[in-house]
Amino acid sequence: MHSEEQTLALREQFDTAAQQRDASTLGMWIFLITEVMFFGGMFLAYSIYRGKYPDVFAVASSSLNVYIGAANTVVLLCSSFTMVMAVRASQLGKRSGIIFWLILTLILGMTFLGVKAFEWNEKFEMHHVPGMAGFHLDGVGTSQGPASIFFSLYFAMTGLHAMHMVVGVGILTMLIFQAKAGKFSAEYWTPVDISGLYWHFVDIVWIFLFPLLYLIDRHLK
Amino acid sequence: MITAAVQQRENYLNSSYGLKSWLLTKDHKRIALLYFATITLFFFIGGIFATLIRIELVTPESDLVSAETYNKLFTMHGVIMVFFFLVPSIPATLGNFFLPIMIGARDLAFPKINLLSWYLLIIGGALAFFAMFAGGVDTGWTFYTPYSTSYSNTWVIATALGIFVAGFSSILTGLNFIVTVHRMRAPGMTFFRMPLFVWANYATALIQVLGTPVLAVTLVLVFCERLLHIGIFDPALGGDPVLFQHLFWFYSHPAVYIMVLPGMGVISELVSTFSRKPVYGYGMIAASSLSIAVIGFLVWGHHLFVSTQSVYAGMVFSFLSYFVAIPSAIKVFNWTATLYKGSISFETPMLYAFGFIGLFTIGGLTGLFLASLGLDVHVTDTYFVIAHFHYVMVGGTIMAYMGGLHYWWPKMTGRMYPDGWAKLSAGITFLGFNLTFFPQFILGYLGMPRRYAAYPPEFQVLHVLSSAGASVLAVGYLIPAIYFAWSLKYGPIAGANPWGATGLEWKTSSPPPTHNFDEIPIVTHEAYDYTTVEAEVA
Amino acid sequence: MGSLSLFPEQASNFAAEVDYLYLFMIAVTVVFTLGIFAAVFYFAIRYRRRSDTEIPVAIHGSMLLEIAWSVIPFGITMVMFGWGASIFFKESRPPDNATQIYIVAKQWMWKLQHPEGQREINELHIPVGRPVKFTMTSEDVIHSFFIPAFRTKQDVVPGRYSTVWLTPTKAGKYHLFCAEYCGTKHSGMIGWVYVMEPNQYQEWLNGGASMGSMSEKGGKLFDDLACSNCHKQDGSGRCPSLVGLYGKHVQLADGRVITADEAYIRESILQPTAKVVAGFQPLMPTFQGLVNEEGVVQLLEYIKSLSPKPGTGAAPVNISTPAGEFKPIPQGVAQPAPGNSVPKGR
Repeated sequence: MHSEEQTLALREQFDTAAQQRDASTLGMWIFLITEVMFFGGMFLAYSIYRGKYPDVFAVASSSLNVYIGAANTVVLLCSSFTMVMAVRASQLGKRSGIIFWLILTLILGMTFLGVKAFEWNEKFEMHHVPGMAGFHLDGVGTSQGPASIFFSLYFAMTGLHAMHMVVGVGILTMLIFQAKAGKFSAEYWTPVDISGLYWHFVDIVWIFLFPLLYLIDRHLK
Repeated sequence: MITAAVQQRENYLNSSYGLKSWLLTKDHKRIALLYFATITLFFFIGGIFATLIRIELVTPESDLVSAETYNKLFTMHGVIMVFFFLVPSIPATLGNFFLPIMIGARDLAFPKINLLSWYLLIIGGALAFFAMFAGGVDTGWTFYTPYSTSYSNTWVIATALGIFVAGFSSILTGLNFIVTVHRMRAPGMTFFRMPLFVWANYATALIQVLGTPVLAVTLVLVFCERLLHIGIFDPALGGDPVLFQHLFWFYSHPAVYIMVLPGMGVISELVSTFSRKPVYGYGMIAASSLSIAVIGFLVWGHHLFVSTQSVYAGMVFSFLSYFVAIPSAIKVFNWTATLYKGSISFETPMLYAFGFIGLFTIGGLTGLFLASLGLDVHVTDTYFVIAHFHYVMVGGTIMAYMGGLHYWWPKMTGRMYPDGWAKLSAGITFLGFNLTFFPQFILGYLGMPRRYAAYPPEFQVLHVLSSAGASVLAVGYLIPAIYFAWSLKYGPIAGANPWGATGLEWKTSSPPPTHNFDEIPIVTHEAYDYTTVEAEVA
Repeated sequence: MGSLSLFPEQASNFAAEVDYLYLFMIAVTVVFTLGIFAAVFYFAIRYRRRSDTEIPVAIHGSMLLEIAWSVIPFGITMVMFGWGASIFFKESRPPDNATQIYIVAKQWMWKLQHPEGQREINELHIPVGRPVKFTMTSEDVIHSFFIPAFRTKQDVVPGRYSTVWLTPTKAGKYHLFCAEYCGTKHSGMIGWVYVMEPNQYQEWLNGGASMGSMSEKGGKLFDDLACSNCHKQDGSGRCPSLVGLYGKHVQLADGRVITADEAYIRESILQPTAKVVAGFQPLMPTFQGLVNEEGVVQLLEYIKSLSPKPGTGAAPVNISTPAGEFKPIPQGVAQPAPGNSVPKGR
């Protein structure tokens, strides 16, 4: 029997800090698996339509700005690095380190979102937004319907990804404040760890999105 | 004899009072009761829609309600019963309450997420009810495109949003259960000493976690299509309406196992307790729960046999659908074998267990009819399918749920319900159910299609029989609502183990203390070991 | 029939076998259900609790028994699978000589066209003994063409053709139902199928005002829509001649080779840039909105009439030439030497 007192490192439903840490980590992994299934549905829809309309999809994909997409990829990869450094700092109990690296990650994440917003704005200007009047993609003739499907999936997938990034930015902000308040130590750094897992996952989704959306059949053009 | 004085002991019900102590609770037992109240409400609302449907179908013409209204009635009946009653039912009430106790834990791994799950169900339900009262939705609970995305003028998005939110409730419950089973078992509680009810909820949780997100993304695509006409399910824009069916059933087929597996877990407990023997073939039953979870993900195409799916895909799905039937058959055989040389008593929970075994056998076997390609062509989209799924969902899951409620009621509330009325209700339910749904098999083979507000007059006699049965079935559900409520104040006080059952939940008081156990037990015997139980003299 | 009937009439070549399969499954169900009921009933009574303190001996299980009651039911289910699959396979293989009837479904009616020209709404007249194949599409949402007496059903999906075939075996009047929920009047989208003796059917055919066969109507549409300006029969237009096209292999601009079936022809009318023929430019405008599904099936019949009838010994021929040019070969016409006939506009 242990005391009723709860600490951050040991909530009352757990027997040991290690059990709590294991449970939290397993919980986050399972959550990420559900996210894989969630994004997976869209990836499946995309694959099916790409198989059905390969030419239209190639033209549509070529109209995306691959340099911006690549830059954003680099930004996210760097942000995963800074996140790992933040987790490491928390394991070592270095408060200022945690805050520094988390802030860097936050900046990189916001950069990604800013670039994305710029890209989407370009799409609006090029009339590549399905559902809006005047949607038109050059180079596919009368196959505007399938072109609309490409862009719909583009916005849906990058939009869903961006939403997850926004949530991630929110989590990072919360962590920064908590770190400032001294919540984390070498005994208790689980929230930073599992947030890191989430952040890496969002990064990996982008690693799949980028080639699928921006790079297919580009060499043919 | 348990005296009233013992009742004054601190338990999870009287440890704190006030609305906040319930609405902000982290206690899995209180959350279970919050869920219980919620899904009971949803059940009766879904039941009202069913009542209106059956009254309308007494006559061949669409005379009680217009065709438009009828289409909304069957849609909302399906949506509420599937997403807001059956999917949460056993896991969120009985599972939430007993899974931690059965494995010797103080609570679930993530109590606050558990509370969040309940709030998500409430929010989802509120959205769905808003849609219903604002005018209703008429797409059928299956939302087939392009009708739902381009043609229906009803509250499709609000309803789908409600289902979306409720889906996350289900995902989080599943996540919580998986982590709890893996990380919170008491010392000595190995996987193979866990009660089969825990195995059943664990397998269910796997499905919830893997399948529900696909439904979520499918609903997102429906929103986008409906709002923005992006073309993904619209043939005029190059989209594929049948793609929706694949995505939808990829979740919704495993969903039916989410609905029935926990019920099977309950039956394992009941059959064992009321035969005073371990469940025959414990290992096989545990394995069959996992097999059903896995194979259940591979058969969704059997809902698409006549949808223009390819002939060869149809054959693969038909074959696999027979595969998934075998683990369920194994369970039925094992429960029956448990009775052999047992010590059988006919308490109310056991009556419900018998009802389940009979009705699930029939329902499951009629699934084999539907899995057969040549036969399915004739009976799909007819009342045969309706009869099949009501046999397994109502004759199966709801019977198991009622059995579980009657079994664990004294533990949860510390009170007993009146025995005579309970047994009577079990009988009424069984009879009413069969009278309602058996004629529907015949109607289906004769060709009566689903979702018809009006029908050819030669089908009337069978519809009248079915509606008569429905009125009896309704009584079978109303009586327990009354006596359960009555028992909370006037029922005799129950002891810790009124049934002489094994399992850690019976070693703690009725109702249990907030922290479940005064001391975390150390488990040394196998599940269902009756030699160590001291049966209470009632 | 009165309330005592349990089966619809058997009116097609599939009905009897489907009913036998059904009876087999009922027999298996009854055997297992009664078996379980009997076992449960017997055990419950024989082993009812006689004293409150009795604890039965724990019997944990027998692997042999588990295997037996897994393998044997699995064997039985494989019979169900095989039998059902064989019926389904037969249902997917219409005979070559089946009469083609076209169905366009819309909310909330069935529009049927006979090749001879008769159009029916919510009614279908067909002769007994002759196989008939339905090629169906929807103008709006998904419907399902269901005739219980025939034991056949097939979804009717917008944007594509689906088919179902059968041979009626008994004259009579049978229900036709829509079996896929399609909106407000779904339960009103019903009708009757009249299976008639051959001579009565002939009378019925003749009785309809002569309005031209489907292929004649299709030919007229072909001219009205100016298709004949480009698709000249001798292949001299900017587009391929359609003579002999139906059923042939076609090489596309992207290298794929496909068969010119109903779906390909329909797609080429409504979304011509989807599959451009090798050697031609994507010049054809879309006719989406200019011709409805009923018109499309008439055009289909017309284009089919430009090919030899199936079953007359003319096997589909792969006629894509090495240079990527496509020229269909009408029956009996000598093929020009390659290189002599570069299509204009290349």
